[in-house]
Amino acid sequence: MADLTYREAVAEGIAREMRRDPTVVCLGEDIGPAEGVFKTTVGLFNEFGPERIWDTPISEQAIVGAAMGAAMTGLRPVAEIMFSDFLACCWDYLANEIPKVRYMTGGQVTVPLVVRTANGGGLGFGAQHSQAVENWAFTVPGLKIVAPSTPADVIGLMAAAIRSDDPVVFFEHKGLFASSGPRPPEGHVVELGQAAVVREGSDVTVVALASTVPMALAAADQLSTEDISVEVVDLRCLIPLDMRTVLASLERTSKLVVVEENPYQGGWGATVVSIVADEGFQLLDAPIKRVAGANVPLPFADDLEKQVIPTVDKLTDAVRALAAY
Amino acid sequence: MDSDQLLVLYGQMAVIRRTEKAAYDMFMAGLVKGTTHLASGQEAVAVGASAALHPDDYVFATYRGHHHAMARGATPEECLAELMSRATGLCKAKGGSMHLTKAVSGMLGSYAIVGSHLPMAAGAAWSAKLRGTDQVAVAFFGDGATNIGAFHEALNLAAVWKLPVLFVCENNLYMEYTPISAVTPVPNPAADRAGAYGIPAEVIDGNDVVVVYEAVSKAAERARAGEGPTIVEAQTYRHYGHSRADPAKYRPAEEVERWMKHDPLDIARARLEALGVDQEAIAGADAEAKRIVDEAVDAAKNAPAPDLAEAFTDVWADGGAAWRT
Repeated sequence: MADLTYREAVAEGIAREMRRDPTVVCLGEDIGPAEGVFKTTVGLFNEFGPERIWDTPISEQAIVGAAMGAAMTGLRPVAEIMFSDFLACCWDYLANEIPKVRYMTGGQVTVPLVVRTANGGGLGFGAQHSQAVENWAFTVPGLKIVAPSTPADVIGLMAAAIRSDDPVVFFEHKGLFASSGPRPPEGHVVELGQAAVVREGSDVTVVALASTVPMALAAADQLSTEDISVEVVDLRCLIPLDMRTVLASLERTSKLVVVEENPYQGGWGATVVSIVADEGFQLLDAPIKRVAGANVPLPFADDLEKQVIPTVDKLTDAVRALAAY
Repeated sequence: MDSDQLLVLYGQMAVIRRTEKAAYDMFMAGLVKGTTHLASGQEAVAVGASAALHPDDYVFATYRGHHHAMARGATPEECLAELMSRATGLCKAKGGSMHLTKAVSGMLGSYAIVGSHLPMAAGAAWSAKLRGTDQVAVAFFGDGATNIGAFHEALNLAAVWKLPVLFVCENNLYMEYTPISAVTPVPNPAADRAGAYGIPAEVIDGNDVVVVYEAVSKAAERARAGEGPTIVEAQTYRHYGHSRADPAKYRPAEEVERWMKHDPLDIARARLEALGVDQEAIAGADAEAKRIVDEAVDAAKNAPAPDLAEAFTDVWADGGAAWRT
């Protein structure tokens, strides 16, 4: 079957679920006839019409708040927040309302919704349109967090996210939209919380997510010419966090690098390595390295941006240092 | 409204008044912890509005929401048990005073972030519209909520999507301690904003349960007929301060006196007398309210504490709290 792009996979993943479940509806800015600023909703308005694809005003609180109310009353809304930076505009819903309402009502309500958003940098959009903010969501108990790295995973995880009875924040990486890969068969579902070992290796484990997965694979290719064997784990989800796969990989390699685009300060890698330090200390033969975004706002110029986000070179340096340890 | 129905509403208001007094007394006795925002004086808004709704309509309320929960079927016992951290509480002692919820009867929560639930109500109304039911959603909110962004985003979305939602403002003249008039450039903080969104609005006596019933009935009829949202601004007054610690000394004595003479129970009683209901029947409703609340207090006091394992239930739809493997 022909390949498809990551951006096409987003629309395809949503469309597949909308075909099988009439309660799935979409809302967001410019997602209708305009088909999304990132073209991630191409074809949806055409196929499903204005009754199921709703253009909204630029009102992030209304978008996510309305999605929450609809999810509590029988629909499965898929809300788009155009850039993940804009999650800050509706953060009340992600931090205080959606993840807490089930718990604070003693389980009386369920909130089966997906908040999709374009995340991450590398495209020169500057400080307010380039952030990798998956760690924002990672600070909030009660949210499931998905961040796929391939078109097939976009479709499989979108299916699982929309079918989930729990709220899911679905981070689509802007830097991956143009990438392509195999089109998965109909009915393809990737269960939430299952990491994938996307390359086997014996010297160093690299734990990656979304954009840092292809980065890790490129680094592994490069390092293989230096006789360094890298195993790459694609977490796919931050919540549920599949630590079993990470710890199992460390049993093989004994060395860990975590590569994450969000800032080092409070990044998700810190939690991953803290669990490894606590529960997998005896597996380690070297210190743990984290390659993460720098603790600065994202600069505009490409060369400056490269200084502060993870790159293949930064990752290969970290892996080399560990391999030689 | 005939005298039989009015007597029922009078009885409901009497139960709420006594429950709030019991909550206050138990707070002062150290049996209720945290804080409470009592609704004494504002009973007519909840009771009159609920009488105008269908059983399957949706209600979203605020942290001052005891009256809304009870008007939608929560028992005084469930409410007081929740305030007293008992296992039999409405939310299994996981919500507390500010989050009373009775989802089975459409009371979808009390939210303690000001204004956050207006978009949710719009979303529930959107859901009803998409599912083709004739349900309406109601957001009850205070005057203070009219200056927060979510209020304006919700009004705009509800108007542009013509949603079957009612925005019912309980204008009790004070945000917390500051008069709403000191921070708002229009005299009617909710109703005077309606024109900006093309939403019809009515300012009513929120202490007259019949007036509230009639205004909300009319607004609900409009919503069910597909004519979109309505704002009802109900003028009312709280008998206690903002929260339990607040003696409300910032309110002028003559203002307090004027409003105390305009008590919802007195107004309803006068209406009952005018309709020829005899004193005995009214006294009977009062006695029944006393019995219900006395029994509720005893039952709540004698109820068990929550099972400690409950701290780790109800995060996810599967009932658990697992976040990693």
